[in-house]
Amino acid sequence: MALKASDLNVGDTYTECLVEDLKRTQIVQYAGASGDYNPLHTDEVFTVEVAKYPSVFAHGMLTMGMTGRMLTNYVGDGRLNKYGVRFTSQVWPGDTLNSTATVESVEDGVVNLKVETTNQDGAVVLSGYAEARVD
Amino acid sequence: MAVDKFPVEASHIMMFARSVADDNQIYYDEAYAADTEPGKIIAPPTFAQSSAQFDPDYFLRPKIGEPWFGSGKEPTGIKRESSGGGGGGGGGGLHAEQHFEYHRHISPGDVLTATVKPGKTWEKEGKRSGKLVFSETVTEYRDQNGELVITARGVGVRTERPVDQ
Repeated sequence: MALKASDLNVGDTYTECLVEDLKRTQIVQYAGASGDYNPLHTDEVFTVEVAKYPSVFAHGMLTMGMTGRMLTNYVGDGRLNKYGVRFTSQVWPGDTLNSTATVESVEDGVVNLKVETTNQDGAVVLSGYAEARVD
Repeated sequence: MAVDKFPVEASHIMMFARSVADDNQIYYDEAYAADTEPGKIIAPPTFAQSSAQFDPDYFLRPKIGEPWFGSGKEPTGIKRESSGGGGGGGGGGLHAEQHFEYHRHISPGDVLTATVKPGKTWEKEGKRSGKLVFSETVTEYRDQNGELVITARGVGVRTERPVDQ
């Protein structure tokens, strides 16, 4: 269901839990679907021994994809005009992510949202915006 | 990534939706999708990124008969001068930003092309990873009628060393 402009107020929020205890297998699943097989995401040996990270970590685009799910659940199917993010911190196996959209403005049939995804420690892992058509 | 032919397919959308743990049936079920506002299966918002599957030269996919830099017997299959340290991990750096503008939502049956234009590059001193070099690319996805359907802007960053945790 699409949002109605008349029901929206600046400052309204919508939150979803994106994932609890992110599994390495989900990262592998994303690699397979997206075609991004960077070993940093799926190959623990390479990532620890060669790239010198503590473990594999999620594709930024996996976090953006899951955050996109929160957005489409909020604004409705096919309603997004724009969606953009910065990846501000890495996401690791075991992380639990929550994502929130906050209404920044509603005018001319369009809602502008601030988008933020945080991990279990409250660190912001993704920060961005979305614009969607509303009724 | 430049792509000559990116056929948007229902099974690919299904696999992509599964991977981002999205159970919205508009990504899986044609009959369900027919009753939604778009009236058909559409792709999730970040699906265009999987055009990488159709880029013959995409360097983050192992290719038949070519060496691959991931681990096998050894931690890496290719010895690189930089040994892939520097946070890039031999993987071409990290993804810093991604932006999509949707001119229309894509569906199975669409056959897209993607053209890439280089954008700005800039540098910044990072607290956790030394010097950061950012570079931007703009990808335009067009449909079978030549209409622009998605404009994507990505920013990659190469770090001097792995990001401190």
